[in-house]
Amino acid sequence: MIDCAAFIGPYPFRHLPHPDPDVLVRVLAREGLSGAWVGYLPSAWHRDPAPGNAALFAALAPHRGVLEPAPVVRPDWPQWERTLHALAEQGAACIRVYPMQWGLAPTDAKLRALALACAEVGLPLVLTVRFEDLRQRHVLDVAGDLTAAHVRALARAGDVRLVVTGAGRELLEEVHWGLTPDEQRRVHWDFAWVWGPPEDHLAHLFRTVGAERFVYGTHWPLRLTQNSRASLDLLPPDLHARGITDARSLAPIRKTPT
Amino acid sequence: MTSPIPLGGAGPLIDAHAHFYHAAAGRADWERVNAARLRAGDAIGVTYHVASVLGSYGHTSPTYFPSPTDASRGNDAMAELAAGDEARIRWYVTVNPNHTAHALHEIERGVQRGAIGIKLLASRRADDPLLDPVCELAAEKGLPILHHIWQHRTREWPNQEISDGGDLARLAERHPRAWFVLAHLGGGGDWAHTLPAVRDTPNVFPDLSGSGVDRGMLDAALDALGARRLLWACDLTMETALAKLRALEVIGLSADDLADVRWRNAARLFGAGAFPRCTVQALAGAADVAAAGVAESAATSPI
Repeated sequence: MIDCAAFIGPYPFRHLPHPDPDVLVRVLAREGLSGAWVGYLPSAWHRDPAPGNAALFAALAPHRGVLEPAPVVRPDWPQWERTLHALAEQGAACIRVYPMQWGLAPTDAKLRALALACAEVGLPLVLTVRFEDLRQRHVLDVAGDLTAAHVRALARAGDVRLVVTGAGRELLEEVHWGLTPDEQRRVHWDFAWVWGPPEDHLAHLFRTVGAERFVYGTHWPLRLTQNSRASLDLLPPDLHARGITDARSLAPIRKTPT
Repeated sequence: MTSPIPLGGAGPLIDAHAHFYHAAAGRADWERVNAARLRAGDAIGVTYHVASVLGSYGHTSPTYFPSPTDASRGNDAMAELAAGDEARIRWYVTVNPNHTAHALHEIERGVQRGAIGIKLLASRRADDPLLDPVCELAAEKGLPILHHIWQHRTREWPNQEISDGGDLARLAERHPRAWFVLAHLGGGGDWAHTLPAVRDTPNVFPDLSGSGVDRGMLDAALDALGARRLLWACDLTMETALAKLRALEVIGLSADDLADVRWRNAARLFGAGAFPRCTVQALAGAADVAAAGVAESAATSPI
């Protein structure tokens, strides 16, 4: 099982202890995870995505095979299509996009085009609902949570492959039940922000939406990696056997170099 | 059926901040939620849930501003739940300090029915003089006060008259003989503000509950306050509490410090007599814990 929602790099609004790739490798081993899709945290707030992507690939180079790059593509940036293909060639595991931080509306045609283009090259598109709890955000952190409308619009765009991280039960249900069965199958969710007992939101979603729609994400280095494991451990006994999806199965199968 | 070794590890464990629901709480699934708390508590290894009922939870008066009638009705329900499960449940009597006479009477009534602490919500700013009679009675009776807290109050929020660590510290300084549990360090707002706000107020003890699992929070709390000032707790999200428990084991906490956070600090605050199964469990498990090499598992490691 891999972690589909890890990052390296600093966060602009508070200090994060050692958000470094070598530490992440040790944490994944301790948690029994075989790898991670890793984003570069500052990229969510950068205008030009190129330097952040370059820093990400360089930092992960010694750890490839365990840490797989999750670079960003800004569909409002010139020649984004060329960038996408270049990143795919470089071995990106998926593409990250931050519509709220970049001011892209749910109806943005370029965002839709990016989702379709990612699907064409076989890369999942990863969306982040939030980095922090709304109640603790810095006065300058005004982007707001990703909206359900964004996810619905992208899921309806065509045969796309979306991974939505950081959603709670409310947004997740609003999206899932606002899609056709075919569209629902285009979306996977991590459960890092879904409540466990006593409300048992995760158990409810496993029973209604289906465990197979979920992938494992930790949001390290922002959040404790132990939380996602704890959520699974505290499921009611009848749900222990329900299997979630390994995000690795959503990424393109790469040929081993001969 | 629970596993022989709980998910939260062996040894006593007190959840210092729990809630239960009741028939007048306005939700049809209240019994399911209560049962889920006990189910998850058993899986984690919670020895005692120290819990409160928050009036009608907004059904007939606001959650954080319960009417006297709703506060009493909720306390009655809480007392019945505790009486029905003495092995696992202890309770706080909930009061609204805007109704001083009722609050003081309710505390007396609660103690007669077994309450071991007082729960204050967000009905009045923590440093308001209206809280003084409640704190004086709490000190007289040795009842810790669990106070709902917003970590760093930068503005008003709807449906609560929120207080932060600084507000609670001012109240605690006025009442040095009373003990205050600062609610849910991980429960919203900026925990980094709370730590220096209460550092020099030794009768304030933050609980670690809340849905927030920010990396760095536990380390910072231990650095600022030490293990003797922190209480493990769940509040509304038990998975985050289990995650914090596991994180505490990998950040270098000694077995002794871990026991303080898990249960001994709570036993000091509420009185060891409040938690007889913890003492028995600790004595029975002492040899096992030593054999299991807890000190080794607590070796410093990034979380």
